[in-house]
Amino acid sequence: MNALRAAVAAAAVGVALVLQVSVFPHLAWDGIVPDLCLLVVVGAALTRGPQFAMVLGFGAGVVLDLAPPADHVAGRWALALVLVGYVAGRVRQDVRPSAGTVLATVAASSFVGTSVFALSGLLLGDPALGVPQLLEVIVLALVWDLLLTPLVLPAVMTLFRRLEPDRSLA
Amino acid sequence: MRRPDRPRTPRERRWRGSGQGPQPSPALLVALVLACLTLMTLDQAGDSSPLEPARRAAGEVFGPVEVAASTAIRPFTGVSDWFRSRDAMQDDLIALQAENSRLKSDLATQGYDRNRLEEYDGLTAAARDLGYDLVPARVVGLGPSQSFSSTVTIDAGSDAGIHPDLTVINNDGLVGRVLRVTRTTATVLLIVDSDSVVGGRVGESMEVGFLHGRGVLGQDGRLDLELVDQTAVPAKHDSVVTWGSEAGGPYVSGVPVGRVTSVYSSLRETSTRAVIDPYVDFGALDLVGVVVPSGTPSDRAVIESDGDLR
Repeated sequence: MNALRAAVAAAAVGVALVLQVSVFPHLAWDGIVPDLCLLVVVGAALTRGPQFAMVLGFGAGVVLDLAPPADHVAGRWALALVLVGYVAGRVRQDVRPSAGTVLATVAASSFVGTSVFALSGLLLGDPALGVPQLLEVIVLALVWDLLLTPLVLPAVMTLFRRLEPDRSLA
Repeated sequence: MRRPDRPRTPRERRWRGSGQGPQPSPALLVALVLACLTLMTLDQAGDSSPLEPARRAAGEVFGPVEVAASTAIRPFTGVSDWFRSRDAMQDDLIALQAENSRLKSDLATQGYDRNRLEEYDGLTAAARDLGYDLVPARVVGLGPSQSFSSTVTIDAGSDAGIHPDLTVINNDGLVGRVLRVTRTTATVLLIVDSDSVVGGRVGESMEVGFLHGRGVLGQDGRLDLELVDQTAVPAKHDSVVTWGSEAGGPYVSGVPVGRVTSVYSSLRETSTRAVIDPYVDFGALDLVGVVVPSGTPSDRAVIESDGDLR
């Protein structure tokens, strides 16, 4: 079951990455696209808890850091998405999250994720961009993520809910 | 924990009992964060980074998928154009746009060409060197602005005769240079990236300088030109072309880059800085050409310097 879960999670991340890199630039807003990988990690955190989400976030981040157009220092998206998994995983697990909770979690996660990425860049001297430009990107990315939430998160959460281990054990 | 617990179903009880409760384990968080920091430290070395093979492997896997995804959606991105006019008109429009771009780039390099002819008159060997071949490629992936770096993936790689440090251009002017390649794809650093430095020359005065990207992709995608000779002041609307370096790498010479929109001079820093508006629209990149030496073996038709296909 664990192997299947890992395979499905990896496939979800892969699809999200390809959509983010190859499809959404056609709709992009000054080059800013929705963080689909971040949404997958949030979906995992809301259904499977922080442990799984942090590990998935690390995996998704490493792939984002290494897959083709990326040219920043590897490990930056990994760090951002591990923290996103941690933050989103703090939401209560044993009740189904309401639409409002999901939106709030996505907003917080998007803010944390893009900010951690930007801050790590400032510390490493990687992007050399001004703070106002960083803030503009962070806010636009947050709006994009919220717009995409109703389309992406229900599917991702249903997918991870179906994969609950006890269902197949029972 | 804040709200009273509703009665739990056996499933949920088992789920919490299996050690995956909502309380995240601090050990796991610390381990993962340390792993990220290790990756960053390893990758700080730049080109000689031990992660370069991993990047290449990720490229070999994701490159073809990006090419396939982008091919699959290409018909849809063109749908709006298709409705706007009939096929014949569309073809006319494309032909006219291409001619317009060619004329514009001729115009942009006119001053440079004239000066160059005066300076290098008689060096006919140089003229032969300016004939390059172009490998055509399409942009299949664009790095998100959230990553604060302007890089794209193109669908031609080492099989098409491409290797790192080649110049990438399109109809309008200079696009960037190749950073790394896989078998079927290549990653291109755009000149608007904040890491990008291009040697530039003001076409009208032949003054040389360095073009730095600002790292912004959209409408304000601009370049800063710092001239080596600080007494030279470029005029507004002067065009800037590449200077080129030895053996044509990473940038070949004489490719139009952009035109001067404003000039700042700072007494304290004793330097003149001009802002350049690039000719290329980086938000709508599609067909690009990679400049390769004549006679490079390639898996696709190569555009030769005299305009023929090979």
